[in-house]
Amino acid sequence: MKKVSALLMIVLAFMFFYTASSLPQVGDVNSPASQHVSPRYIEKGKKETGSPNLVTAVLADYRGYDTLGETTVIFVAGIATVMILRGKRKGED
Amino acid sequence: MDSFITGSLIYWLVAALFLLGVYGILANNNLMKKLMAMNIMQVAVIVFFLILGQKLGGTLPILMGSDTTVDHYINPLPHALMLTAIVVSLSTTGVALALLMRIQERYGEIEEDDILRRMNE
Amino acid sequence: MKKGFGSIVLDASFRVLVPFTLVYGVYVLVHGEYSPGGGFQAGALLAVGIILSRLIQGNEKALFNIKGNVALILAGIGTALYALIGFSTIFLGGKFLEYGRLPFSVHDPAELHALGMLGIEIGVTLCVMMTIVAIFDALTGEEEGI
Repeated sequence: MKKVSALLMIVLAFMFFYTASSLPQVGDVNSPASQHVSPRYIEKGKKETGSPNLVTAVLADYRGYDTLGETTVIFVAGIATVMILRGKRKGED
Repeated sequence: MDSFITGSLIYWLVAALFLLGVYGILANNNLMKKLMAMNIMQVAVIVFFLILGQKLGGTLPILMGSDTTVDHYINPLPHALMLTAIVVSLSTTGVALALLMRIQERYGEIEEDDILRRMNE
Repeated sequence: MKKGFGSIVLDASFRVLVPFTLVYGVYVLVHGEYSPGGGFQAGALLAVGIILSRLIQGNEKALFNIKGNVALILAGIGTALYALIGFSTIFLGGKFLEYGRLPFSVHDPAELHALGMLGIEIGVTLCVMMTIVAIFDALTGEEEGI
């Protein structure tokens, strides 16, 4: 199993290193990730939301619905952990 | 060579970290070590997303005064998305540790070969 | 973890660390709009303060001795606070989480957004802190057998 997975890692490494040459250069100001909606968040963020911290403005105002879903995910994970270990408290009757 | 080091070397390093994590999941027999390798894989993916939002000469995405030039600040969108990813990795680790405790109590050990041997008895 | 680690060095040093950690956590929560911070970071810091005092002092004499069941109820209250802020803007005639219709009177319309974001971050902090304490309590709860 170890030899097969090591061979698989070498094949995947070649694939990754071949496609890493077509990714944009680190630090490019004209990369596609900073083109379409991100300049609007930077230019109008303070005026529309009243907070200079742009990450909080994006997380809690522009994408507030996703943060609600994520809070639900954390809550359900807490419930799942307590439920899995609950039988251990009262014994396996 | 210089433009390779400042431009693309970090993609290779992050890919190497990711592949270390995948190798750790495949080649380990102990369930606890598989869990730790999964954590390494998640950290590699998060760092890769943060690299994509970097800008040369940009500072933190917190507005200074009333300067809203786009080229002065890095992209705030990957940081907000990766907060969700970090918290999801915490939740997954918590539930996985709870399952590991139940497996240890039921089968007696957490090596994968021993568990399969005990299940087939 | 009924007994705790409690030696002289740990007892003396955690009395200096834990109050500063808790105050720093609340500082990070409230300053989430002016400096790096926000709901999730503050929830993790506050949970660290509670867990440190429980590790050192044991389960009975610890500061903020919150059991797993009570912690889950408070986490649910935090998530419900977030959803209630969202629903209250529907009842006041807008869309879900449209902060412009909150019933406060301010000079600048952007201030309503800032108030809504503060309420949301408090809900998120409560949920994250109580979930971390509940997971810790479930994972280390049983050492004296069944």
